[in-house]
Amino acid sequence: MPFNYYFFLSLAFFFIGIIGVFPRRNAIIIFMCIELMLNAVNLLLVAFSKMHNLQLGLDFPNIGSEAQVFVFFIMVVAAAEVSVGLAIIVMLYRNTHSVDVNFLNRLKN
Amino acid sequence: MSVTQLLFWFLSFLAIGGALMVVISRNPVHSILFLIITFFAISGHYILLNAQFLAIVNIIVYAGAIMVLFLFVVMLMNLNADTEPPHKSKYLLYGGTIAGASLMLVLVAAIKQSSGTIEFKTGNIGLINTLGKTLFTDYVFPFEISSVLFLSAMIGAVVISKKEA
Repeated sequence: MPFNYYFFLSLAFFFIGIIGVFPRRNAIIIFMCIELMLNAVNLLLVAFSKMHNLQLGLDFPNIGSEAQVFVFFIMVVAAAEVSVGLAIIVMLYRNTHSVDVNFLNRLKN
Repeated sequence: MSVTQLLFWFLSFLAIGGALMVVISRNPVHSILFLIITFFAISGHYILLNAQFLAIVNIIVYAGAIMVLFLFVVMLMNLNADTEPPHKSKYLLYGGTIAGASLMLVLVAAIKQSSGTIEFKTGNIGLINTLGKTLFTDYVFPFEISSVLFLSAMIGAVVISKKEA
């Protein structure tokens, strides 16, 4: 399988995430689209690690496993980020009784 | 076309369709359920690439923990298609589409000529054995730091969502 296919697949995920973030006003949907973009990057990193291992794996058998460790750390950080982000959204809902991000522009003043 | 390639295309269409439905769907609960489908399809891709550890972690952490947290919050707030705020102005959608499409165009043009290939179901870099050795020899310090990150995230979430006394 050519590596390009995985690249285009991750790019499509990232693009869908971008399209989701721009027009929506529901904070939870925006957050989910950010998760989608993170997953696009994860998939691309795993594909890169496989390609790297296929090219240099004869000399260095474990080359490329660093990328998968990196994906693991991205998942760790994403889990921490989600817990704090959802807490912020819950507090936004408690103060404004809505999850509309346009209410947040009152932070300007 | 072999079974593995068929599986690749099936998982790709499932994942792309799920991701599109996440964006299109008006009801946040439906969005979350489609996102779970997408995450399972991505886990299938990891299994195809023989990244078994990441496939399991993706299912447990993303489809299990994070999505349940999302569902819990959405159902706590009783959100549905009626309470959904209207979209922002159309210009923002067009601008976002054009900006994203330009980014996509540049990246596609940059990578189109690459000749790298990927073999399915081979290689042992994704196995728990290899990843565990790498994680606990070269990356043991970031691993320990991430526990501090989790502790601070936990305390932060509790402090933020606490009712002001």
